[in-house]
Amino acid sequence: MSLGLGWRKFVSGFMLTMTGICAVVAVSALFLILGYLVFHGGASVNWNFFTKLPVPVGETGGGMANAIVGSGKLLLLATLIGVPIGFLGAIYLAEFSGTTTAFIVRYAADLLNGVPSIVIGIFAYSLVVLPFKHFSTLAGGCALGVMMIPITLRSTEEFLRSVPNALREGAMALGASKWKAIATVIVPCAYRGILTAILLAFARVAGETAPLLFTALGNSFWSPGWNQPTASLPVVIYNYAISPYEDWHRQAWAAGLVLLSLILVINIVARGVLARGTPLSRS
Amino acid sequence: MHASVRPAVSLNIPPTGSNAETREPATALTMSMCVSKVNFFYGSKQTLFDINLEIAANKVTALIGPSGCGKSTLLRTLNRMYETLRDARLEGEILLDGKSIFNQDVTSLRRRVGMVFQRPNPFPKSIFDNVAYGPRINGSKVPIADCVEKSLRRAALWDEVKDHLHKSAYELSGGQQQRLCIARALAVDPEVLLLDEPCSALDPISTAKIEELLVQLKEFCTIVTVTHNMQQAARVSDFTAFLLIGQLIEFSPTAQLFTTPKDPRTEAYITGRFG
Repeated sequence: MSLGLGWRKFVSGFMLTMTGICAVVAVSALFLILGYLVFHGGASVNWNFFTKLPVPVGETGGGMANAIVGSGKLLLLATLIGVPIGFLGAIYLAEFSGTTTAFIVRYAADLLNGVPSIVIGIFAYSLVVLPFKHFSTLAGGCALGVMMIPITLRSTEEFLRSVPNALREGAMALGASKWKAIATVIVPCAYRGILTAILLAFARVAGETAPLLFTALGNSFWSPGWNQPTASLPVVIYNYAISPYEDWHRQAWAAGLVLLSLILVINIVARGVLARGTPLSRS
Repeated sequence: MHASVRPAVSLNIPPTGSNAETREPATALTMSMCVSKVNFFYGSKQTLFDINLEIAANKVTALIGPSGCGKSTLLRTLNRMYETLRDARLEGEILLDGKSIFNQDVTSLRRRVGMVFQRPNPFPKSIFDNVAYGPRINGSKVPIADCVEKSLRRAALWDEVKDHLHKSAYELSGGQQQRLCIARALAVDPEVLLLDEPCSALDPISTAKIEELLVQLKEFCTIVTVTHNMQQAARVSDFTAFLLIGQLIEFSPTAQLFTTPKDPRTEAYITGRFG
């Protein structure tokens, strides 16, 4: 009898310890990565890093200004492509479509979300790079934009659906057309959620490397306009990290630190926006 | 208001409509809306059967009956609000000022026939913006601030909110929110105001205020209210229609319906034997 009790206590204690350890490992992974990046790259993040072009191997110093600007341009283009399509598609899904159409579109969006990013890179390669006959910011932005569509679409739709039907009816009973009700009542009600969804989609594609490898390619210099190959932070990290040069490794660490900080800041801002609560909380 | 004066003969009050007593008050009345031979289907299920009803202008008409009798459905046909539901279908004719409501643009119809819902549904905006919503989307020419004040006064809410018009509407109490919704509906100057159990989510004091308000609002528009509370119908309405499982059982002046009901089912209902 007492042996049974002791055994049960042991199993209970053992499992509690195991689950606790796993929880700590899960949390500490983020902090370990962050700490590792700060340790290796922190010293290289300086003013030059943000303002100078890369220097040839052998020279020290130099920075990644072109990669930072390149990433910015790629993300701007991706947002311009992915957000309107995802947002308007979500309005159609939540407000207009029948259940069958909605099911098909939703399912397709989920599948698109699951397509490996390298495959999306190949898609953009054949669709944009081949016809234009060179790698470009445009191609990279398209690849990232396609990735943003399903994320924006699915979460925007969820937030639109959470707007109470009473508000739709209230607007329409005052003589608002369906579009007017959407523009003046439904979207303003859900805008915090939608904004969060867009920020998270942005953060998600900001760190993507694979779709950029053979679309934006890379560049050691400034990339004027939209039709030239361009450097970007994730690809520069990849190229520098597999190089044999000590100095490039340090630069790669620094770029990783900058990229991760950017994504963390976006995530925290997004959570902050959402945590302030939707204006519907009391209805 | 351009309501046509109808001869008493056209007042359909089936199945008891041929009674001379009900005709008499109708002769002096202007009719605002006229529902004739309306059948309503929800998918394959019919929920209203051959409804004929005339709604007198600047009077309060109450629709009563047990839950599921179709009173809310009937109300929602009057501003074509049922059209937002899938699989809803209506047969028959409904006239507003003698013109079919189905031949006009639904958005302009809903400006003329306003609606207040069961639960207060203010928009997540300020008090001012809630009331201004209708005039703004309809491109009103009257200065918005004047219109907001007039509507809030008519809804007997002005004195309570005039010092914080720019606070969120959600900071008001339930009863105030419902009066805000009434003010919002009044702001577009409707000819008819439909109310779908406007007091069912409110406490007795707020309910009393809204009832009082309905009687005052007759001056500005025709009122149709749905209620499951018979005392409320008796207190506020001039005419009462009693519905039972999708059929209009009796439609008479309120005093008459509650004192000398003609149909035994009406009597059973108002004396509390069912429902």
